[in-house]
Amino acid sequence: MSEQETGSTTAQPPVRESSPEAEVLEPMSGSGRDRSSSFLGGLMSSSVGRNLGLVVALFALCLVGVATAGEQFASIDNALTILRLAAVIGVVSVGMTFVITGGGIDLSVGAIVALSSVWATTLATQSLARGNHWTVMVLVAVLVGLGCGLINGLLVAYGGVVPFIATLAMLAAARGLAEIIAQRRTQIVNVPGFTDFFRHDVLGIPLLVIIFALVAVVGWVVLNRTTFGRRTFAVGGNPEAARLAGINVKRHTVALYAIVGLCCGIAAVMIVARTTTGSSTHGTLYELDAIAAVVIGGTLLSGGRGTIVGTVLGVLIFTTLSNVFTQNNLSSSAQSVAKGIIIVVAVLLQQRLATRSNSGGP
Amino acid sequence: MIIGPQDASGASADQPLLQMHGIVKTFPGVRALDGVDLVVRAGEVHCLLGQNGAGKSTLIKVLAGAHRPDEGEITWLGEPVALTTPDAAISLGISTIYQELDLVPGLNVAENIFLGHEKSRAGLLRRGDTRKAARDLLARLGHQEIRVDREVGTLPASGQQIVSMARALSHDTRLIVMDEPSAALDQQEVQTLFRVIRDLTAQGVAVVYISHRLEEIRQVGDRVTVLKDGRTVATDLPARETPTSELIRRMTGRDIEYVFPQRPERDETSATVLKVEGLTLAKKFADVSFSVRAGEIVGLAGLVGSGRSEILETVYGARRGHGSVSVDGTRLRAGSVGAAVKAGIGLAPEERKSQGLLLDQAIYRNITVSSLGRFAKGGFLDSSAERSVAAELTKTLDVRPPGVDRPVRTLSGGNQQKVVLARWLLRDCRVLLLDEPTRGVDVGARSEIYALIRSLAARGLAVVVVSSEMEEVLGLADRVLVVREGRIVHEGPAQEIDEHKVLDLIMEGSAA
Repeated sequence: MSEQETGSTTAQPPVRESSPEAEVLEPMSGSGRDRSSSFLGGLMSSSVGRNLGLVVALFALCLVGVATAGEQFASIDNALTILRLAAVIGVVSVGMTFVITGGGIDLSVGAIVALSSVWATTLATQSLARGNHWTVMVLVAVLVGLGCGLINGLLVAYGGVVPFIATLAMLAAARGLAEIIAQRRTQIVNVPGFTDFFRHDVLGIPLLVIIFALVAVVGWVVLNRTTFGRRTFAVGGNPEAARLAGINVKRHTVALYAIVGLCCGIAAVMIVARTTTGSSTHGTLYELDAIAAVVIGGTLLSGGRGTIVGTVLGVLIFTTLSNVFTQNNLSSSAQSVAKGIIIVVAVLLQQRLATRSNSGGP
Repeated sequence: MIIGPQDASGASADQPLLQMHGIVKTFPGVRALDGVDLVVRAGEVHCLLGQNGAGKSTLIKVLAGAHRPDEGEITWLGEPVALTTPDAAISLGISTIYQELDLVPGLNVAENIFLGHEKSRAGLLRRGDTRKAARDLLARLGHQEIRVDREVGTLPASGQQIVSMARALSHDTRLIVMDEPSAALDQQEVQTLFRVIRDLTAQGVAVVYISHRLEEIRQVGDRVTVLKDGRTVATDLPARETPTSELIRRMTGRDIEYVFPQRPERDETSATVLKVEGLTLAKKFADVSFSVRAGEIVGLAGLVGSGRSEILETVYGARRGHGSVSVDGTRLRAGSVGAAVKAGIGLAPEERKSQGLLLDQAIYRNITVSSLGRFAKGGFLDSSAERSVAAELTKTLDVRPPGVDRPVRTLSGGNQQKVVLARWLLRDCRVLLLDEPTRGVDVGARSEIYALIRSLAARGLAVVVVSSEMEEVLGLADRVLVVREGRIVHEGPAQEIDEHKVLDLIMEGSAA
């Protein structure tokens, strides 16, 4: 990847050099309407700068991987393994980015993935799929996800339940319902059309990875290039201002949770395809992984600021980290510790940058 | 342009753009609007005058569709309309420039201007068009230099005000409501604003203009409506000809008279407790000096935003200013609440519910929270001692209903304020700073709070009171300081000044 080269040379210095720069700036410069901030400080506080930092981190992780596991890490096969693992949680994280940017949170994503996967692989659904078309399974998973998301959204927007509680309730209920439906058994997929289709790859790239890429690109366009996305920032950043601007904040909120639900449905299809099973244990702790990826990607947990590119990089960083640890036969417990440290360091760095870029403002 | 009294039959050619009749809006415990009438014609600048709390802000929120009125009718070009959502108001052609800026800090200038009516095709944003249109609007306001891709949160207040204005202009409007649009602007920017207003009215757009500066109303206004205590008390006054004394008379004079406690004899011998010298806080107030004797109540009068509250907060150390604050002759460290509290200063903040009280905690815990040290034995709290001390205090202050285990949330506003006062009494404080002590307190319970404040002063405390209600400052205080735009413009005994004089000082510069 060629950006990594430029990333390592331009993004490193600002971290150290912009601090004296920032202190030279007047804390408040009267009418200074067009105060020009330092170039480097500006770069680091811009979204491009933040993403460069993540690219550097990812690159550093890859270097560690190559240094410790050598050929075994730096192979095309391994790269595809990483991407395939990143794909499912990646799709969920894209949805999560929307809801967090809009000022909410969704703790129920893992449970929705489980419920969708189970519902799509029941004997009834599978026989319906065999009788008609394998896409029936896809449709069921996506609709179940969307339905759960809608319920979350309605509870939050019109029921006035705080997002944390509403989605915590959904977490418990959806996981429980998944267990009831599956009777705690793993449901094997026996629809040849379904398994065959998802075994395809395009130019050597697995279909799951392509789906992740598509979801990410669509997510980016919607968040950054549509009225819906623009309003998401407003709803998360200042809901009262959004309301006064004539935006239907409640309806918008419902739509945001529906989007996460939809993403969970898609992720469920992907996990069923990857494992050829549906299970109530699919997606366990996805909520934490997705929130972690979104947060280290640079989306503000309090809403109003969000980045899909950052989220994708966050997902890749965590997946690569797991891969490097696995290659070196380190335990998953050690992985968790490393994950925790990364989250804290990333957020501390972001806060530094945020206060620095605000220091000149009113 | 002066238009005569409106013909009740409402001939179509002369039909008003907007008519509001008998608008009532109540919030828990407060009747914010109590029968407001307002008639606005196309092409006029209609000024709304009224004191703080007269209902202007609530009225424009009703007009913007942000508050739904409980009663009353609104007609638009003769047709009854329901302004149930902001969107409904905007689509009729009403846009509003709020005093409290309603911008999204994380979005850029262009994005904020077109928020809610983004330039788009099939849901996709047309960013080039948006930027260009935003630039045109800013140029129309004389502010080409504001970069349209700059994040709004990084603009100074005046820049944000311009963005708000550009946003109001970005709609296809028939009526623009401006709530104190000049507050954050300098003289030249105000003149540009007036030029824009004249352009708009020449095109038939109506403007509802709210300002405390009478000279502006004289310059740009056509007609004036005066609100007082949530009611329309005068309408159709010509903006240029109506004498200032007449306007002020309409704005003052109340239906309800509060009972203020008797003032004691002025005691020139008692010791000065609080002394403030040359206190300055950048952009908020400058060179403020005053002193308060033991047993004295000093009132600060001024408009919201004049710097009153900031002065109190700086004395308390919550803001760090220049200058000196001393208690009993000892100078306090600047910007340290700890030092202020240690020296015996107590603050009852304006936002009692968010800044002053632990609402869901019991009364006794709220009272003892600042003095926990005296109830601790080896790190454990002696809660029965806490309760008994709190019980004594609540009895003295007559907090009702009795009982110290009740959560503070269940008390009325007046009794909550008593709990705040009890907390500072327990600390044996020397100086009490009260910011809006009767905000949210029922009219009936106010006299009680006033008596309580006076009795605290009688115990030898030095008391400073800030209030938006002129009558409260004048009735309660021994001495009054009038604050205008961050400076003290008058100081004197309360008996020697009245509401008219204060308003005159506050609105100084108007053609009296």
